[in-house]
Amino acid sequence: MSQFLQQIVNGLSLGSIYALVALGYTMVYGIIKLINFAHGDIYMIGAYTAFFVTTYMGMSFLPALLVCMIVCGILGVLIERVAYRPLRKAPRITALITAIGVSYVIEYTTQFFMGTSVKTFPKLLPDTSWVFGPIKITYIQMVIFTVTIVLMVLLTFIIQKTKIGRAMRAVSADENAAKLMGISVDNTISMTFLIGSALAGAAGMLVGLYYNAASPLMGMVPGLKAFVAAVFGGIGSIPGALVGGLFIGIAETMVVAYGSSLYRDAIVYAILILVLIIKPTGLFGKNEREKV
Amino acid sequence: MNKHIWKSAAAMALVSAMAAGCSQGGSASSTASSASAGSSEGSTAPSSTTSAAGSTGAAAGDTVKIGLNFELSGGVADYGTKELNGAKIAINQFNAREDKPFTVEGIEIDDKGEPAESINAIQKLIEQDGVVGVVGPATSASSIATYEFATSKETPVISPSATQVDAMMKTDGTPYEYAWRICFEDSYQGKGMADYAYNDLGLRKVAVINEVSDYGNGLAKAFSEEFKSLGGEVVDETQYQSGDKDFASFITKLKDKDFDGIYIGGYYNEAAQIVKAAQADGIDKPIIGADGFDSQDFIDQVGTDAANNIYYTTAYTAIDPSDELKTFIEDYKAEYGEEPSMFAALSYDATNLLLSSLEASGETGAALNEAIKKADFSGITGSFSFDESNHTPVKSVLVVELVDGVQSNVKEVKAE
Repeated sequence: MSQFLQQIVNGLSLGSIYALVALGYTMVYGIIKLINFAHGDIYMIGAYTAFFVTTYMGMSFLPALLVCMIVCGILGVLIERVAYRPLRKAPRITALITAIGVSYVIEYTTQFFMGTSVKTFPKLLPDTSWVFGPIKITYIQMVIFTVTIVLMVLLTFIIQKTKIGRAMRAVSADENAAKLMGISVDNTISMTFLIGSALAGAAGMLVGLYYNAASPLMGMVPGLKAFVAAVFGGIGSIPGALVGGLFIGIAETMVVAYGSSLYRDAIVYAILILVLIIKPTGLFGKNEREKV
Repeated sequence: MNKHIWKSAAAMALVSAMAAGCSQGGSASSTASSASAGSSEGSTAPSSTTSAAGSTGAAAGDTVKIGLNFELSGGVADYGTKELNGAKIAINQFNAREDKPFTVEGIEIDDKGEPAESINAIQKLIEQDGVVGVVGPATSASSIATYEFATSKETPVISPSATQVDAMMKTDGTPYEYAWRICFEDSYQGKGMADYAYNDLGLRKVAVINEVSDYGNGLAKAFSEEFKSLGGEVVDETQYQSGDKDFASFITKLKDKDFDGIYIGGYYNEAAQIVKAAQADGIDKPIIGADGFDSQDFIDQVGTDAANNIYYTTAYTAIDPSDELKTFIEDYKAEYGEEPSMFAALSYDATNLLLSSLEASGETGAALNEAIKKADFSGITGSFSFDESNHTPVKSVLVVELVDGVQSNVKEVKAE
């Protein structure tokens, strides 16, 4: 039993990261119906930004986290402006392929400047851990939970209570109607990319610290898994991304604990296939009728 | 208008970033081709006809060309570039000798870490450049790809670090006549570590985790078999995929088991994550492994002050260096500004073996190959002669312990 509880903790910390990345997928999809495959690479840039500001500028945890979120947010907006906005009226497949191209550009540009070897971080957080009965939570796991919860609350607040949040919901519901109501669609979409990418940046830094490693291709697999998390929760749904991320994290951990670690990736993709067959809209997805 | 300018500037930035990405691969191949272009002039060496004809004398004052086929780009570029550096040191030292019988010229070529490219590389080296022998590549798959062609052209290939089990063998169970390696087999270091773990560390119950690859499976199998035959027990067997990062669940699973050590058959990135996960969970049992640990990246990821109680097998250590090794380290540092790695050292030895055999035989082709076969070689990664049944050296494995991230307490282990 104690092992089971500990595995839940392991799964939650892994899942929190997936959830943060999944949010970006889901927000962008919700608003422009684009699967932004470059999203996992923004997460990688977050880890590298953290490496830079902590190693060369000696920043401590919170300022570094803020810088990562800002840098990645701006990068996200830039990518949207340069690569996706010109294609907004193009067929959806064009934008999708462009997203894959952007992903490669980011990966290999990073590899060109930073090399293929793994970068490690200076010690930012203490090694302490807390024991609650049968389970043990390390400092970094605690930080991951806290940051994830704070960011989720903040995001929900922005979307539900602020003007820009209302605009985002409006554009998501009907872009043309929103435009007629005087909402600047371009600005709203930029804002969505800013917020989504900032969350990925935060996730990148947390992962970098958790594993003490940043490498140019680190975003590929977590990016895909976060995408599966978003689909599982219902792509376009924000609570869905959170639940999906945590579920995928726990599923992966349980497979390692009670099955074989060789199937940890397989289970994630099996979940994707099952969701697509049984409930393509995902857990919290809205069943929209196709308008003719 | 303003918006338009901004957009095109950003597009240009993206394009130039892409161009920068491309030029990386381009520059590597252009150095290789310029090296070969430069070599065509002024060389009176045994030319392309010699390798086909069998053997030709290498007279004093001649320039002899040897091929340096390494992974200079791609995923394992780190191994290949280090090996190229090591080979170049050997060539420079040879050419600096007063009594050198001939001058050596190294022809560099990039196989991009892909077996298919490696075949192209060996064909170009032998047919166009007329090399008399080849050193490299670093990895087993790329090395094996070159053996058949090299053997058909009677040009010896010496692989510094192709450790895969049976890498030198044809399908009929005999070795490729012109293919050699100077490292031990994976199974051999797995056995060596089992002996060390049982006899020196006194371990009896070990959990084994390995990467799913020829390398990882070979190590884990050899380790487990030897450890069990000594009387030890393997209490857990787990496998992981290359690139996995999260090992917390594996470590949590282990906690319910009774074990006194962990054997990792894999490379440094994943091994470092396993060590970190174990330490985060308060496990203070020894962690043991193979030469995949042998990288500064391993120590950086684990953290220097946390890299303790870790043991691994290797072919090379800079502790208690011989005079020859000291010279190598000094030359290497002067040339490249960093400490040589195991790969650089192995490649240095491989190049020296080719050069000394060339010098001893004074000929190329079959005679050169015979000289390699009979060589009684002493280098910086140990002394050895070849086991003629599998073209693999008979040499001992070194076990090193990490103390605060520094190699110490070397022990030589000879597995049966």
